[in-house]
Amino acid sequence: MELEAAKMIGAGLATIALAGVGVGIGNIFGSYVSGSLRNPAAAPKVFGNVLLGFALTEAVALFALVIAFLILFG
Amino acid sequence: MASEHSPLAQFEIKRLVEWNVGGLDVSFTNASLFMVIAIAAITLFLTWSMRGRAMVPGRMQSMAEISYEFIANMIKDNVGSDGRKYFPFIFTLFMFVLFCNLLGMIPYTFTVTSQIIVTFALAALVFVGVTVIGIVRHGFKFLTFFVPSGVPVVLLVILVPIEVISYFVRPISLSVRLFANMLAGHTLLKVFGGFVVSLGIYLGWLPLGFIVVLTGLEFLVAFLQAYVFAILSCLYLNDALHLHH
Repeated sequence: MELEAAKMIGAGLATIALAGVGVGIGNIFGSYVSGSLRNPAAAPKVFGNVLLGFALTEAVALFALVIAFLILFG
Repeated sequence: MASEHSPLAQFEIKRLVEWNVGGLDVSFTNASLFMVIAIAAITLFLTWSMRGRAMVPGRMQSMAEISYEFIANMIKDNVGSDGRKYFPFIFTLFMFVLFCNLLGMIPYTFTVTSQIIVTFALAALVFVGVTVIGIVRHGFKFLTFFVPSGVPVVLLVILVPIEVISYFVRPISLSVRLFANMLAGHTLLKVFGGFVVSLGIYLGWLPLGFIVVLTGLEFLVAFLQAYVFAILSCLYLNDALHLHH
């Protein structure tokens, strides 16, 4: 029973990684908005890079999810 | 773990046709079925939409041409002109991942890319292929890829192992990224679907709205992950072909 509780706590702790990912995704889109307000003409060119950065950052969150699943069900 | 109503039950592999070859289980499963469907859909989409070969393309022909040009431009921008001969591989990779992701968005279908073994096989193919291309093209010089230029010799002791590790982690990060995105998206949709049922007719509308929004997001992710998979393959290919750092 204690092992079960420890697993739950561990899976919960694994989600702390989301803090960093939140900062990262906010940073990406915040920089994109402020950059595109300074130079609207260049905005469409960098949007592909924004999406790439978003996907790469989001993947870090999902690595944490995989760890949480591994702890819970592994 | 995978009881009938678990959010993870949708990822369960079921054998449709049992088949054993000398103790090796090669059954035709629902994963194999949806891979066949994806390949058939891609072939049908590309051949049927291009059957007219009109100078001014219609809607379907435009879609096929856009997807072709999208990958062609991606290779031109990221690899350069000597990446052109790898276009068929990258295009196949992109279309396969995209169609598997999109087919998975249809309710009650199976998402092939939510299986780590499928994405890992794809990523390992890219990794091994790119490494072989690099070695064939540069021979022994390929090893200089792991030695960053313009760094003091003392630092190389630390940097070379880091470069080697980051190189060998590539197939893992490439496969886990796609797998985890698909797994998380579909699990999330299922969990919110469970909320709709358990909250009943009055409060259930709230998570239902969430599901609509999330489905839109999942379609974005389905495309985005195929794009990321293809573009990272391009970047790895570029590393192997040009070795600049």
